[in-house]
Amino acid sequence: MLAALLLCIVPAAAQPVTPPARYANVQLADPAKEQSARALMETLRCLVCQGQSIADSDADMAADMRALVRERIERGEKPASIRDWLIARYGDYVTYDPPLSGLTWPLWLAPMLLLGIGGWIARSSFRRRTR
Amino acid sequence: MIAEAGLAALWFASALAALQLVMAAIGIARGRHDVAAAVRPVAIVQGLLALLAMALLIALFLNSDMSVKLVVENSHSAKPWLYKFAGAWGNHEGSMLLWVAILGLAGGAVAIFERSLPERTLTSTLGAQAAIALGFYAFLLFSSNPFARLNPAAADGLGLNPLLQDPGLAFHPPTLYTGYVGLSVAFSFAVGALVTRDVGPAFAKAMRPWVLIAWIFLTLGITAGSYWAYYELGWGGWWFWDPVENASLMPWLAATALLHSVTVLATRDGLRAWTIMLAVVAFSMSMIGTFLVRSGILTSVHAFAVDPERGAFILALLALYIGGALALFAARIGTVRAGTTFDPVSREGGLVANNLLLSVILGIVLIGTLYPIVAASFGVQLSVGPPFFNKAAGPIALLLVAVMAVGPLLRWRRDDAKAVLRRVMLPIGATLAAAIALLFIWPGVLPWAGLSLSAGLAVASVAPLWKRKLTRTPLFTYGMVVAHLGIAVSLAGMASDSAFTKETLVAVRAGEPARIGPYTVTLDGISPVIGENWSALEARLTATRGGSETILRPQLRFFANPPTSTNESAILTALDGQLYTVLGQPDGQGRWQLRLWWKPFVTLIWFGGVLIALGGALSLLGRVRRERRAAMRSEWA
Repeated sequence: MLAALLLCIVPAAAQPVTPPARYANVQLADPAKEQSARALMETLRCLVCQGQSIADSDADMAADMRALVRERIERGEKPASIRDWLIARYGDYVTYDPPLSGLTWPLWLAPMLLLGIGGWIARSSFRRRTR
Repeated sequence: MIAEAGLAALWFASALAALQLVMAAIGIARGRHDVAAAVRPVAIVQGLLALLAMALLIALFLNSDMSVKLVVENSHSAKPWLYKFAGAWGNHEGSMLLWVAILGLAGGAVAIFERSLPERTLTSTLGAQAAIALGFYAFLLFSSNPFARLNPAAADGLGLNPLLQDPGLAFHPPTLYTGYVGLSVAFSFAVGALVTRDVGPAFAKAMRPWVLIAWIFLTLGITAGSYWAYYELGWGGWWFWDPVENASLMPWLAATALLHSVTVLATRDGLRAWTIMLAVVAFSMSMIGTFLVRSGILTSVHAFAVDPERGAFILALLALYIGGALALFAARIGTVRAGTTFDPVSREGGLVANNLLLSVILGIVLIGTLYPIVAASFGVQLSVGPPFFNKAAGPIALLLVAVMAVGPLLRWRRDDAKAVLRRVMLPIGATLAAAIALLFIWPGVLPWAGLSLSAGLAVASVAPLWKRKLTRTPLFTYGMVVAHLGIAVSLAGMASDSAFTKETLVAVRAGEPARIGPYTVTLDGISPVIGENWSALEARLTATRGGSETILRPQLRFFANPPTSTNESAILTALDGQLYTVLGQPDGQGRWQLRLWWKPFVTLIWFGGVLIALGGALSLLGRVRRERRAAMRSEWA
């Protein structure tokens, strides 16, 4: 959907004066590391766009965050610890994968609960086997 | 004059909607057939007036009438013709007018074409449709008037968001809205049947074509929107689990469930309460989607204007209609609860599983979409995005695919588990064969399951045609086969894209080649290009694959009104996938940033979407033909 277009539209007049950081638009040499960096980037929210991950945003801030993720992955840091660092810095808002907590357990429990309730309701439409 | 005529048309339409509602109420409550008989023509004229208002707004945009506030704020005289035309609904007021025009037309279409519903039920259905229309006319007239003048007139307009300046704008919103708002007919049918206590197979048969029409348009609208986002956004993504996308997915999920449960009601007089509930839920999801997008709760290109008053207005309408329908449902529960029950191993059983799983997915999407909004109202900022939806809804969707493979192979009433097992041997074999073959190139858990199941579903979906006389098989059976095959095709595309996409991000000088998947891409040069209302830097890329060369021209486009730049991707479609190229920024030392993706079989996603809609169309044709033949037979008898 065009929805996706929760885009940050980059004003033409405001093209970056300083060139973006090295790894903003350059992949890591090691394909395995690049893949884990990419996977992490897809779960991080571009803070100035609101509706896009940093993996698919034109915004300068997303570029800086991509560079940060790639640099840390290259240094051997685990994706989970990079995410924790970003959450500590920007809050839960930055991750599209809400961590399980006192505030998010209803969200994560919902699928199971819905399946259970739905199954219980559906049961009533079946006839008991009489044979 | 045109603007005043448009406003007058809207006022007249709303007056007729009020008349339609009152006449329907008198017709039903007092049993006055003469009054009820006039409801049909009123509904038709009401629909035509709403359409006229929309046509007049389009005329204002085409003329670039800068004395109209909406045109000034959202258009520009230098804009190409197509975007003046489609720009009429590329803003809050215009899109709400389109919404209301389709609502009016849907009511008018029911008044003209619906012949199988008993007169009383039809009258109360049209009354319900008028009640919905009245609320949304009031919304337009009191808080979103598209025809407001600007005095003094402006010299020129502010222009349209360049992201919307795409042929997609002419197709995607009207198609999606036809589906969205078309579901209002299902809602009104449900309310009408509840009022007259007329929930049964005949009612289900009458409602089915209307649900199908809405569903076909919704499917096409979502498919088109997904492809538009894919090529316009320039990052190769095609679905983002963004709230606005979810707002269109939720009615689709509900409508898909409704489509299947209405078949159980039509064939076996089962699932009465459930079908009525789904009809109410489906349009409620459309209204919730409209509320989410139009209230300004979300920020997006879809949420054109932020105005809390409008949000409150739509929320009040939402509470009124959904609450009213649910109250009526509760009052009539005694008459709709009954219905035949059935064996778990049966076609009905499969359809119940379909409904259950679709509803659970709907619930997950709804909760995931609303959760951040609710949390924000408690002062907590959090995000729910693709990782949540994939983890929570993905496995259930795959389970649904498995049910979809088995369901059509089950007999109505009661089936024998052993015989069923024999029938599904081949699809299970195909699934296992694909699963084992894929172990060697391990694509990740969800894509692996997705690809394996899509192989099984592809085989299973054509199985209902096995050993049947193909010329004597009813058209709606073909419809089911094609639609289910479409799901298999689309699923294969999704899984293939997420498993096998290759990405190359490079900064290159002219003449320097870059490798991506089976292609070698060389930047030949960059040149300036001038368009109708934009200028651009255009790259000339030569993509080479096994000796054959193709030229691609991605652009970095600059718009003056409003000042914005966009990436215009250039895509090369091959039989086995797409090469997706985007031109990025220069690095100041003679190099240009290129983003290249090789996406194997990604086109299957949208091809599958079109197949699903085609299946719906075949099914619709088959049902309508059979009903007509049955009607002719009963006339002769």
